[in-house]
Amino acid sequence: MKHAASFLRAAVLVALGGAVGTASADITVISFGGASQKAQDKAYYAPFTKATGVKVVAGEYNGEQAKVKAMVEAGNVTWDVLEVESPELVRGCEEGLFEKIDFAQVGDKADFVPAAVSECGVGIFVWSTALAYNADRLKEAPTSWADFWNVDKFPGKRGLRKGAKYTLEFALLADGVPTSEVYKVLATPAGVDRAFAKLDKLKANIQWWEAGAQPPQLLASGDLVMSAAYNGRISAAQVEGKNLKVVWNGSIYDVDSWAIPKGSPKKAEALKFIRFASQPENQAVFSGEIAYGPVNLKAVPAIDAKVAAGLPTAPENMKGAMATDTEFWVEHGENLEQRFNAWAAR
Amino acid sequence: MSTVVDTSAAVPLPAEGNGTPLKKRLRRAERRRNLLFGALILPLALVVLVAFIWPIGSLLTIGVDNPEIHDNLPRTLAALEDWDGRAPPAEAAFRALADELAAAKGSPAIAAIAKRLNREDAGYRSLVMKTARKLPLDPAVPAREALMAIDAQWGELATWQAIHRAGGALTPFYLLAAIDRTIDADGNIVAAPADERIYVDVLLRTFWMSLVVTVCCLALGFPVAYLMANLSTRHSNMLMVFVLLPFWTSVLVRVAAWIVLLQNEGLVNRLLMWLGLTDSPLQLLFNRFGVYVAMVHILLPFMVLPLYSVMKGISPVYVRAALSLGCPPFRSFWKIYFPQTLPGIGAGGLLVFIMCMGYYITPALLGGPKEQMLSYFIAFYTNQTINWGMAAALSAVLLAATLLLYMVYARYLGPTRVKYMKAR
Repeated sequence: MKHAASFLRAAVLVALGGAVGTASADITVISFGGASQKAQDKAYYAPFTKATGVKVVAGEYNGEQAKVKAMVEAGNVTWDVLEVESPELVRGCEEGLFEKIDFAQVGDKADFVPAAVSECGVGIFVWSTALAYNADRLKEAPTSWADFWNVDKFPGKRGLRKGAKYTLEFALLADGVPTSEVYKVLATPAGVDRAFAKLDKLKANIQWWEAGAQPPQLLASGDLVMSAAYNGRISAAQVEGKNLKVVWNGSIYDVDSWAIPKGSPKKAEALKFIRFASQPENQAVFSGEIAYGPVNLKAVPAIDAKVAAGLPTAPENMKGAMATDTEFWVEHGENLEQRFNAWAAR
Repeated sequence: MSTVVDTSAAVPLPAEGNGTPLKKRLRRAERRRNLLFGALILPLALVVLVAFIWPIGSLLTIGVDNPEIHDNLPRTLAALEDWDGRAPPAEAAFRALADELAAAKGSPAIAAIAKRLNREDAGYRSLVMKTARKLPLDPAVPAREALMAIDAQWGELATWQAIHRAGGALTPFYLLAAIDRTIDADGNIVAAPADERIYVDVLLRTFWMSLVVTVCCLALGFPVAYLMANLSTRHSNMLMVFVLLPFWTSVLVRVAAWIVLLQNEGLVNRLLMWLGLTDSPLQLLFNRFGVYVAMVHILLPFMVLPLYSVMKGISPVYVRAALSLGCPPFRSFWKIYFPQTLPGIGAGGLLVFIMCMGYYITPALLGGPKEQMLSYFIAFYTNQTINWGMAAALSAVLLAATLLLYMVYARYLGPTRVKYMKAR
């Protein structure tokens, strides 16, 4: 029944496509929900309230920017701090959806990984989308995206995030493109065709997911044998006693950032919150709660060695992994997502 | 009413005590009554106008609106007005573009220009952004050379054709795209590239799925409504509660309940395996089957209730008369009773069908990508890519399809309804 409850939450999340922030609260912080939000609550929200008395109202969404755009255009901004993925940050910043951030008020730029510093955003954590599988269900462990595509050796349904981003990269990796070449190949029409052709071969075995909470759920219930998943969600499921495993080879990492929607009436408090969340001691607490890497380099020594080994930033896990090309997705995202949708619906 | 007026016009009625002719008083009373009726429906009419017609109308205009280039690059467009599109444009166009991009730099306008051009062909976004970063130009250097030095793409015909194409204040692009058509370089309307062709199929799928759900609802709902209309009040009230109970439960809760029931480890699969009917769990979720089951379940009351209300009004004496005259039971049901239920079937069918056409949550949660109907794509463009032009155009297609359907219904089923109502 616990499955059912968390699936229900995921389902409700998908259906609503987000959450509504309340106006009466002190500041409203919107994240991607689930295990990640729980960790943020422990590391950032609760301590921030304790330290400043400013209450944090937590909401969640799946990354779609329509609500932000509608709020900003209507001049009625009820979200004060927002977790965004990197292409959305760049796009939103250019389109005037986010406030420009004076980094001096947050910390010393030199303390942060470069991807965490930008005009409108401050990094929160390094996360990774990786191949995950249920070790109870598979006798032999898959080691690459080529195995993900191998339905003879590993029969059963596979989960992928419903969207072009990462799905196309994984298809090319499975087709033998080396990590360093993926975005070069994907920038050409022939490369896009190649990725879709590869996906065609797996299409009948794919189950698409939208909320990050779904893959660990579907893996644990046996609906899927393997899935692309956010590494932190898998580690959270491991803590709950599920025998799920992450394959770091061929994983793609990115930095999620805080952004302040333009016109937020609580910009000052929002900035204070971001500063608080960027402190090394708080970042270390966060990484201890969920397996996402810190963006503040000063947090690294404070993290337990055992925890550090499970982070996307661990040198061992970086082998065979690749970084998201933000510029590529800002440029090609709309066209590729459109084509992906047309392809998926056929 | 008209006969009264006619006679009074022909034969002047005697005036009463106060001297006002009856005709006049009648007309006044009529006017007062019309005003009262008008005042009674005014609030609803206002609500419909403000909350329905106006927003839908303004939404539909987004589907043809095209302000990004038209409003932000007016001088460039003016310079391109007489351009034949065969050779790169004159220096004036380059200069105007450089000036206007420089003016838009750092504001949301530059992002709007970049985003709109990128929709013509991926790649223009970075071209615009990269160019804007290096502006303004040195006025002493010819703008053409300077822009081409920033990026050689400015020297290409395709770039200028894209600006030219995207420059109209209104565009048929989204509406055409919503029916899988596009405009080629020569200005002809042609079929969209094969890998983008999707919406006609999706529209047909929407119609087909709605039809299947409607037929299933009718097949399941008709006997229930018949039973309810013919049982004693006590029993039919109990049945009514069973019909209404799910009706009062939130759609989301019911959909989630189906997920619990139909998933691989769900009750249905466990039962099937326990009974030995299957060895491995059946795929009941994330396919057509799951969507149909849940949609029929959710929409069944909308079929049962109109049927029941019509059946309740059918007098049993007709069927009894047919039976007493020696007509066999099924024949008397089919020939006498069934035709009288047609208004209920029409109303229930239309209600269920039209609700199906706009269904979103159930297919989104219980279906795979192949089960998504038109409204899913409207939500996709609204939320994911924030391409509201496309969302509005698809909404227009859905609205047109629904209206068309209603007109067909009014044409072919409307008169039948009137005929049978009169027969009663």
